[in-house]
Amino acid sequence: MTTVELGVLDYAILALYFAVVLGIGVVLQRSTRSAGDFFQSGRRIPAWVAGLAFLSANLGAQEVIGMAASGAKYGIATSHFYWIGAVPAMVFVGVFMMPFYYGSRARSVPEYLRLRFDEKTRAFNAVSFAAMTVVSSGISMYAMGILLGVLLGWSFDVSVLVSAAIVLAYIFLGGLTSAIYNEVLQFFLIVAGFVPLVWLGLEDVGGWNGLVTRLAATATEHGYASGAYTQSWRHLGDAAANPMGVEWFGMAMGLGFVLSFGYWTTDFLVVQRAMAADSMSAARRTPLIAAFPKMLFPALVILPGMIALALTTQGGASGLALPVRPDGTLDYDLTIPVMLGHYFPTGMLGLGLTALLASFMSGMAGNVTAFNTVWTYDIYQAYLRTDATDAHLLRMGRIATVVGIALSVVTAYATTAFNNIMDLLQLVFAFVNAPLFATFLLGMFWRRATGHGAFAGLVAGTAAAALHHGLTLPGGSMPGIKGAWLAEALRVYPSEMAQNFNTAIAAWTTCFVVTIVVSVATRPHEESALRGLVWSLTERPRDTGEPWWRRPAPLGVGMLALTLALNVVFF
Amino acid sequence: MQLDIRLPIGGLFAVLGVLLTAQGLLAPASANARALGHNVNLVWGLVLLGTGLTFLVLARRRGGGAGG
Repeated sequence: MTTVELGVLDYAILALYFAVVLGIGVVLQRSTRSAGDFFQSGRRIPAWVAGLAFLSANLGAQEVIGMAASGAKYGIATSHFYWIGAVPAMVFVGVFMMPFYYGSRARSVPEYLRLRFDEKTRAFNAVSFAAMTVVSSGISMYAMGILLGVLLGWSFDVSVLVSAAIVLAYIFLGGLTSAIYNEVLQFFLIVAGFVPLVWLGLEDVGGWNGLVTRLAATATEHGYASGAYTQSWRHLGDAAANPMGVEWFGMAMGLGFVLSFGYWTTDFLVVQRAMAADSMSAARRTPLIAAFPKMLFPALVILPGMIALALTTQGGASGLALPVRPDGTLDYDLTIPVMLGHYFPTGMLGLGLTALLASFMSGMAGNVTAFNTVWTYDIYQAYLRTDATDAHLLRMGRIATVVGIALSVVTAYATTAFNNIMDLLQLVFAFVNAPLFATFLLGMFWRRATGHGAFAGLVAGTAAAALHHGLTLPGGSMPGIKGAWLAEALRVYPSEMAQNFNTAIAAWTTCFVVTIVVSVATRPHEESALRGLVWSLTERPRDTGEPWWRRPAPLGVGMLALTLALNVVFF
Repeated sequence: MQLDIRLPIGGLFAVLGVLLTAQGLLAPASANARALGHNVNLVWGLVLLGTGLTFLVLARRRGGGAGG
């Protein structure tokens, strides 16, 4: 594609945004005096602010670019990431899990694992999580650098180093509060930049009906039933009948239950935002408040992909088309950038670009604040310097911010040189993360689960993920990084996604079973040590005095009902 | 004293709104060709201005900038 020319106004809008972001950091520096301020926002964040940050911290490059790309590749089935994945998981973490996360006064997810289980389970989680955040923020930076290069002709160095420096500055100054405030700002910018894009795209494609008609033709050309791209459930009976290559069981169990619950309920990147809320009630409402915009987000990030696919394959009045890669496939990753450059005149173009950069930066900041907290509390204070003073920890948090960003930048550059190594690292982390939800489920709701059980379950679950991946292969791939590296593939899946979902199911099930078996065989924890950490030994938070819209349970039920309605409408 | 997040959001959106509205009024009509003929700067500029002012009013009404 040809690069897009920015006008003076576009640069001015971008500069204005950078100035506001840095300004927030400078103002907040004055109220960041203790480690508690820096890592936990002093637990002073109101529910709506924490809720939007909870959502926005996840809206990084992979999410915005990746979801649009999946929308173009797989159609509306991508919405399952939201409608059976994220939203039910958010309701679950808010209603059932937050009482333990917030009530235990743990400062991080690994610290909860130490309180509930033991030191080795915490260390396992802390080290793998810290490494994972640095790598994923590096991959994010890499994706952004490549994208801005293609779209605007900016150099990779400038894109990566400037955005890293800005994120570094505002987190260094104001810590988690600064990250959260900027995430809220970034949320509104993403909405402001993407709504007009979807509006123009929809008009171009002839509205929803025009989109359905065009994608029906595309589906037929690809050998699917006519609704394969625009109906979310109807074609999941058979993996061969939908572009994703997944059937309903893999979708509901693999994506919905294991992967989405695993991410939204145990990943400290998002949980940290809720832990910073100003009360138990606010902490529980944080994910529930996030769930509402989350269920509507497919309209902003997946719909553009579907529109781009329809216009590219069936032609449109304005001539929008996705570029073609050297191997002849469409370059789905460029969906959003191509649409920005195609529809927006100077002015709106600056806003759209700012929205895109805002999403990159919020994702990066989410990783960096999670990293500096886990490093400082769960590795440095836990094992290296147990007697550190508060001022010392605050200083260490700032140092960890610098180091974390530096390591991300190194990762971004390493990715340009060794793409396969990054695939490998991501794979290893997927192994580590997939079983974690089983550990938390048993830890929070079964008092008999023990530290040895949890640790054995995590290790076995990770090994099971590796084993499953090593013995299966997605169709059309060579053995190696994609799978079947242990022996000849025992099973060939229709798509990489189907393989991922089943790897996750194998890991979760193994961890669940092994944790139970080993727990029963080992000595139970004292009940007195489990108060506030396990469901049956914790007093339920009382919220009956509040109006229904401030109470987690009715709010959660409402969110589930709305999500169900979306599933039905787009069935 | 904690900063009220509605202030920077309101301020940024109001200024963005003014900039886009001005661009929408001043730029030649040909600039709108790619936006399917809509003056998207003008329309969206006014929306952003309204949003920004709403945030500022809300922040002021609560007063003190307690952050909630």
